[in-house]
Amino acid sequence: MNKPVDANQLSESETGRASWQREYAAGGGSAQAAHNRSGIEVKPLYTPQDWSGDYDAELGYPGQPPYTRGIYASMHRGRTWTQRQLIGLGTPTDYNARLLDLLAQGTTAVSLIPCNSVFRGYDMDEVHAELLGTCGVVANTTEHMEQCLEGVDLARTSCAMNDPSPFTLLAFLLATAKRRGVDWRAVSGTSNQSDYLSHYVANHMFFRIALPGARRILTDHVEFCNRHLPRWNPMSVVGQHMQQAGATPAEAMAFTLCSAIQYAEDCQARGMAPDSFLPRFTFFFDISVSLFEEIAKFRAGRRIWARITRERFGARDPRSWRFKFHGQTSGVDLTRQQPLNNIARVTVQAIAGILGGLQSLHTDAYDEALSCPTEFGARIAVNTQNILREEAHLTDVIDPLGGSYYIESLTDAMEQKILAVMGEVETAGGMYAAVEQGLVQKMIGESARGIQEKIESGEQTVVGVNAYRVEEGKGERQALPAPDPEKMRAHIAAFTAFKAARSQTAVQRAQDGLAAAAGNPQVNLFERVVEAAEAGCTHGEICGTLRRELGFGLPLVMV
Amino acid sequence: MTTAPPKVLVTKIGLDGHDRGSRVVASYLRDAGMEVVYTPPWQDIAAVVKLATEEDVDVIGVSSLATDHLIVPKLMLALEAAGLKDIAVIVGGIVPDADEALLLEAGVARVFHPGSALEEIAAEIVRLTGARRAANV
Repeated sequence: MNKPVDANQLSESETGRASWQREYAAGGGSAQAAHNRSGIEVKPLYTPQDWSGDYDAELGYPGQPPYTRGIYASMHRGRTWTQRQLIGLGTPTDYNARLLDLLAQGTTAVSLIPCNSVFRGYDMDEVHAELLGTCGVVANTTEHMEQCLEGVDLARTSCAMNDPSPFTLLAFLLATAKRRGVDWRAVSGTSNQSDYLSHYVANHMFFRIALPGARRILTDHVEFCNRHLPRWNPMSVVGQHMQQAGATPAEAMAFTLCSAIQYAEDCQARGMAPDSFLPRFTFFFDISVSLFEEIAKFRAGRRIWARITRERFGARDPRSWRFKFHGQTSGVDLTRQQPLNNIARVTVQAIAGILGGLQSLHTDAYDEALSCPTEFGARIAVNTQNILREEAHLTDVIDPLGGSYYIESLTDAMEQKILAVMGEVETAGGMYAAVEQGLVQKMIGESARGIQEKIESGEQTVVGVNAYRVEEGKGERQALPAPDPEKMRAHIAAFTAFKAARSQTAVQRAQDGLAAAAGNPQVNLFERVVEAAEAGCTHGEICGTLRRELGFGLPLVMV
Repeated sequence: MTTAPPKVLVTKIGLDGHDRGSRVVASYLRDAGMEVVYTPPWQDIAAVVKLATEEDVDVIGVSSLATDHLIVPKLMLALEAAGLKDIAVIVGGIVPDADEALLLEAGVARVFHPGSALEEIAAEIVRLTGARRAANV
């Protein structure tokens, strides 16, 4: 609400404004409108005229709805964000060495990235050997998961699995925990990127069973986790893929919220009560270098989610209202040209995420535009977080930009933009339908093209690409060498030997159980996946059975 | 038919699904007046060879963001075996310097790295198409 303003003050303020406008123009201030990536016009100056919202209703206190200022009362003053670096490379032994190194340097949680062959639902002996372990760890069995997590205390370390449906990595993790005598109720972490719709529309990095099958497995897996894994977050709704694929920050937030609504409705339709699953919904976002826009995106997202969970789903438990998110600095913003410049970009992106109130952060290595990160690059990425957390005083004050005329006005504008895009998706029948129709894919494709054109026209500067170019020596661009072929050959040989030595009867029984479950919607499919993992089935075998039973498809072609 | 626009197959082979690059390039080339045959990701090498034959394309553009370029030499061998050595292959995406040398040695005409201008890619396709058609006259 606008407070009544004293007439004298008003005129003084008006005079001040008029004279500022004159001086702005005289001083060479641009008359041209500036726009952020989401297409919102940004003015040269914000004043009380730009934001006169109701503090309690629109901002409130941290830890209180609508959570604009943060989802916890103490935010980073209490517990700083989890430093969760996504890593994945080579064989399980290679992975374990890199993981232990990063944990020793300050990383506090695991996030395992499997090889692309795993994302695609294959075992190592089903794909071109050249591609093994180049972008993630080649883990196909419970034995491999044990090797990956050697020396990691599963009862104390949060382990995110970047787990494509049907969540075999989680199944391998659970089998590992059982072998080590760790109670499943103590296992914590996230089925990271469990959001199949985002994979469908954006990066296709997953085992592509037909949409109805993917939908069922996800809901089965949420149900299983609700029942057996109280410290596990089965739902990770991802805006990162879509923003990396070209969606604007506002679009990415809108699509993510629409997906979350879709998953919540699917869980409800299964008979689960909102307060049983919503506290375990987490979000995963891209953080671009557009600093203020990203901060406003996160603040607006928190506010919208609090409203949706309370009003649309009738959730009563405050934990259901909290918009917990992991942020990853944007790889698309990084350049191959003068790669060390990326350290500056990642720093700005990370600051945006931290000021935006994230719970968990991955900082990209400067060399990710060249290859998977080198050890050197990964170390700088970790230390970027250490510096921001412990040297830069970023954690001293909660939501330090709250109350800024610009940030509050921009948060409102982003909210309106996000709601408008959500409206389009709702009109199409919700996220699942909008993806089936290709609507979301089309919008992302158009935005991607738009950004590219701005870069090519020079409207958007990219240092080293369309401006400030220099002649570079190749020495600056050190790429991570491919995994040692000898080690990979030994890994494949051990895998072949493992398959020959296991109980074929147990494997067959588990595979039959899985196939039968696929045909019977009354059975929890993920439960059968866990049984198969325990029986010694491989990732490729589990996916192969589901591919046969549930159907397989290519992405919608959208150009 | 010397004035027919270049015909380009834009595709992805291997395991990666990130198709932002291939979609942006394909839509640009189409708007630039070229005939574009576009495929979703994860094509088998054999499928690419078959499509290139059936469509009689001038150029194949392979997008690779996650090391799939490592099997492009296999594609080159398959094209040669199918008698399609005259089709120019270009690769776009994240290709380390050392791998670029391997690809060029395997017969790839050009590697476009991140930050390449769409215009530059189109110009190279026009040039390669001209060379192919001149040689096939």
